[in-house]
Amino acid sequence: MTARALLVLAALLMSLAPAAAEKLIVSLSNHRVLVTSSFTGEHLVLFGTIEPDTVRGSVRASYDVVATVAGPPATLRTRRKDRILGVWINDASREFIDVPAYLAMLSNRPVADITDLDTRRRLQMGLDNYILEQRVGADFADTVENDPFRAAFLRLQQAHGFYRENAAGVTFLTPTVFRAEIPLPATAPTGSYTVDVKVFANGQLIVRGDSALEVVKTGFEQFVAVAAQHYGPLYGLFAALMALVAGWIASVIFRRD
Amino acid sequence: MPVNVFLILGMGLLVGFISGMFGIGGGFLMTPLLIFIGIPPAVSVASVASHIAASSFTGALSYWRKNAIDLALGFMLLGGGLIGTMLGVWLFTALRALDQLDLVISLSYLLLLTSVGFLMMVEGLRAIARSRRGHPLPLRRAGMHTWMHGLPLKVRFKRSKIYVSAIPVWLIGLLMGFLGAIMGIGGGFILVPMLIYVLRVPTATVIGTSMMLTLITMLAATVMHASTNHLVDVVLALILMIGGVTGAQFGARLGQRMRGESLRLLLGMLVLAVGIKFAIDLVATPSEPYSIRFEETAR
Repeated sequence: MTARALLVLAALLMSLAPAAAEKLIVSLSNHRVLVTSSFTGEHLVLFGTIEPDTVRGSVRASYDVVATVAGPPATLRTRRKDRILGVWINDASREFIDVPAYLAMLSNRPVADITDLDTRRRLQMGLDNYILEQRVGADFADTVENDPFRAAFLRLQQAHGFYRENAAGVTFLTPTVFRAEIPLPATAPTGSYTVDVKVFANGQLIVRGDSALEVVKTGFEQFVAVAAQHYGPLYGLFAALMALVAGWIASVIFRRD
Repeated sequence: MPVNVFLILGMGLLVGFISGMFGIGGGFLMTPLLIFIGIPPAVSVASVASHIAASSFTGALSYWRKNAIDLALGFMLLGGGLIGTMLGVWLFTALRALDQLDLVISLSYLLLLTSVGFLMMVEGLRAIARSRRGHPLPLRRAGMHTWMHGLPLKVRFKRSKIYVSAIPVWLIGLLMGFLGAIMGIGGGFILVPMLIYVLRVPTATVIGTSMMLTLITMLAATVMHASTNHLVDVVLALILMIGGVTGAQFGARLGQRMRGESLRLLLGMLVLAVGIKFAIDLVATPSEPYSIRFEETAR
């Protein structure tokens, strides 16, 4: 009991100590992204200010900022095609469990230059250090960085615009005010997103801040998505009816006899 | 998924034009085209079903007005057709769970299109050669009997003036419903020859009756795909329908001015070309052997 209390106290102190020195204020341009039928993607802007410690402020050379935007968790299966009897067939597959459906890692310079590898791993900085849990046989684990399934997963997710890593995604407007653009693709998964901002100085994490946003489908898109998923038979009947009406209208318009 | 509306509309128009020209539903072209532009095969098959329902309804209505549909034959074909559709949707769902649906769709297209396309081309070339020599082939060889006519359970279809066993009628219906659900084709381009050559249905009622079967099996496939696999995309289907029915009208006008033999040869070449494209895609080394599939999104 006392050991646990001590641990909690230590954790509190660790989190409070830097916050007492520097303050971070972040703000998003929009907390609710509406996906309509004409949605072609959107760039959200994240603004942040680091309020330097009045005592030590002058000593800090410069700040580094890493922003991690993670979308709603999803389970995705990565499949690999192999040539079997001359034909390419989906053969092996690996399931990625509750990984973010969207993930953006934005920083003002490459994360490798910001801090050491241990810290990057511990704080999951950079796509290579992000923990992607997989089902490997009966176990759940993240694999090594150069695992072919993991590499293919990251490659495909980046190609589709779902995962991004941008070492020039954060720009400093003044030494303490920064701005980051969060690019949301047209296919942005709906759900709640978390934004985690870490500020580093001299390779040390000094302050952390967070924010959140939500991507929601509205109007017709929302209606169609909900109907297709939850009212399958009714949706099917509607589609069938639509086909009949379209066919009938065409026969009326183009009637030649 | 975001795809260019005008591209889909254009494809609808093009396929509609071709389907009007040859008097076919065009599913065997529409589904592959959607797959080739990157729409998942499963979604393509399910959405094209409703598009074919629309275009065959237009056709069926006009044949209905001309009294060119054999209802009795149509209903019997439908009996088999609906069972076939159910089997097809069941297999579709099972294959999707095994990650092999796309492969089976591609293989089915490859086999069906190359064989049918090849046969059509040969047939078209022969017909052209024969008509050059001055004796065209009669479409219906009346009075010829095959082993088929020895089957039991004979039924008389008054409108078509045929007396055939119910067994091949049910089997043809079953096959068409099954292929339609798996491949997203109405199957008019196989059904019409089968009705003519196997059941000896006269040309007066063959197209109208085949359209009736296509219409109802495709409506059933739409509803079943929507309820089991949630794959029908109504927006995609609607755009296809608009393009398809419009294009068909212009195609039909051109088709009436072309000679039957050249039409069959052209259609055969088209069908074969699509089949070959599937073969190449199956055998060629893919640029990206990996693919990702969404299992579920936790909310």
